[in-house]
Amino acid sequence: MLPDSKGHFDIFGGRYVIETLMPAIEGLELAYRDARADKDFNEELTYYLKEYAGRPTPLYYARRLTEKLGGARIYLKREDLNHTGAHKITNTIGQALLAKRMKKQRVIAETGAGQHGVATATAAALFGLKCEVFMGEEDIERQALNVFRMRLLGTKVIPVSSGTRTLKDAINEAMRNWIATVRDTHYIIGSVVGPHPYPMMVRDFQSIIGKEAKEQVLSKEGRLPDICVACVGGGSNAIGLFYPFQNDKGVCFVGVEAGGEGLETERHGASLSAGSQGVLHGSMSYLLQDGDGQISPTHSVSAGLDYPGVGPEHSYYKESRRAEYVTVTDKEALDAFQLLSETEGIIPALESAHAIAYVTKFAPEMNKNRVVIICLSGRGDKDVEMVEKILKRSY
Amino acid sequence: MERFEKFTGGRIEKRFELLQKEGEKALIPFITAGDPDLEVTKSLLLEIERSGADLIEVGVPFSDPIADGPIIQKSYQRALKKGVSLRKIIALIKDIRGEIRIPIILMTAYNLLYHYGETEFVRDAVSAGIDGIIVPDLPPEEASSLIELTRGTGLDVIFLLAPTSTQDRIKDICKKSQGFIYYISLTGVTGVRESLADDIRDKISEIKRISEKPVAIGFGISNPEQAVVAAELADGVVVGSAIVKIIEENIDRSDLTATVGSFIKGLKRGMQGK
Repeated sequence: MLPDSKGHFDIFGGRYVIETLMPAIEGLELAYRDARADKDFNEELTYYLKEYAGRPTPLYYARRLTEKLGGARIYLKREDLNHTGAHKITNTIGQALLAKRMKKQRVIAETGAGQHGVATATAAALFGLKCEVFMGEEDIERQALNVFRMRLLGTKVIPVSSGTRTLKDAINEAMRNWIATVRDTHYIIGSVVGPHPYPMMVRDFQSIIGKEAKEQVLSKEGRLPDICVACVGGGSNAIGLFYPFQNDKGVCFVGVEAGGEGLETERHGASLSAGSQGVLHGSMSYLLQDGDGQISPTHSVSAGLDYPGVGPEHSYYKESRRAEYVTVTDKEALDAFQLLSETEGIIPALESAHAIAYVTKFAPEMNKNRVVIICLSGRGDKDVEMVEKILKRSY
Repeated sequence: MERFEKFTGGRIEKRFELLQKEGEKALIPFITAGDPDLEVTKSLLLEIERSGADLIEVGVPFSDPIADGPIIQKSYQRALKKGVSLRKIIALIKDIRGEIRIPIILMTAYNLLYHYGETEFVRDAVSAGIDGIIVPDLPPEEASSLIELTRGTGLDVIFLLAPTSTQDRIKDICKKSQGFIYYISLTGVTGVRESLADDIRDKISEIKRISEKPVAIGFGISNPEQAVVAAELADGVVVGSAIVKIIEENIDRSDLTATVGSFIKGLKRGMQGK
């Protein structure tokens, strides 16, 4: 069973944080293990996921997309239909319940696209917790709708002006805040990144995606899928889908990273495809960094993938070749954004559009009896305004 | 150079022993290497020793310093713009080691050290005459290979304790920290603060009950008054952001080095009760 007791996935993961936080993450791990063994906690979590978040989400057979591509049968795991419009709520309800259990009155979070920020703000409102969300100034500009949603939910959005003013810097600032407030605050990390136990805990909460998908595909197709595809920024929706299939050897995993303007340009967010090993935000993983180990600036049209790191378990999957990691460019993601809207009447998040874009490349070559599951991690309402601006420019 | 390579073993420990005999406490100024450039860093290091510092802590600039407040963050950005790297910093220390008698401690983010290569780093740091290393984001749990590599080299791996540290962790870290124990005075990041945290006294006595190793207090110690209080409680005082702020404010002035020097002298006089 991975990770090991110290949070390692082989050489990846671990706990690379300042001493001030060590007691808190040790305590968090104990509280989490204790909660997981507690019937009441699990029942409460299941209750809120079903009655409040709207789980299980459908596994939808995308007939027109399948016909258009003319190959494998394509299913969409509709995480966009969760309350607040993405898979993020699954994790934030879990961690907010845990915060309550640990008697922490305040939660903080980082956000890139704003989806995790909104999901945290929502869970905080639901359970009466005080909430502050750190968000890069560049992301505040490109995700204005989500900023307003968070404020409506009673959350204070704190603009981050340091560094590249995106997700990485939002995590830096959230961690700095946590170092100062750790006694009464729980940090709800939004992806499978950070020090142990976060990568394990967030994976466990999100693996309901794959558990549901497995049951659903078995009942619809009578067999397991051939390929599971998901976008990877930090990688929580991808691990959530992949993990329950990890011992099913016939099921291939493909993680799609942000190719931005192309890997040759250095304007991308492809840590696994183009990065090297190192330590950022509390764990050992693949990173985009320069020859000295300074973290490189990143770029993606989708704020949620605009991050120089990735979850340690993905690094482990890469090294052990359990999963394959590929990239698609901003342009390809924008095309897929429109394609899914037109063929299925579903506007995907730009993050999820990366997964769709990659499937359009290989699905036509596949036999018609093959089955592909795409994690449609979020809906695209938040991106509509920006996509309009980009498309206007290129017309 | 030769002379220092021979004497690297335990120079930090010896310094604290000497101070204890004289009834004094260690003043440990921190500066960012390469802020505003490596030439100035060199003259600052010399001036800091002349002004009465007992050890020097040299910060290696990192793009994403999680444990640092705005003052040190900005200094790291200034230094990175000048193309400063761990390699250049080690070379600088090697270059001036013969002119500085007091122990030099490097503080770096683990990623820079990891990227350099732990083995290569220890080899080069020892050969440059660096006496200690502080890696704030490397708790003992992840430091076993670094501890192993430094064994018998005279390069001390200094670990940190915090106000939040549990008793078990205090015991473990006191055992593993070499040279001295770095106590983080407050629950927060580095920076200038109005006053010292209330629980320092209790926590330091708790550490002192467990270990005989010297304890230095850092984070948030900003002026001579606070340095005096901290020095009464522990064996040494680290002053960082307050100095880096003076560098920032005087960055284009020709008397930058002298201004830093007189601030250090003020700190030292305060700690000596003069």
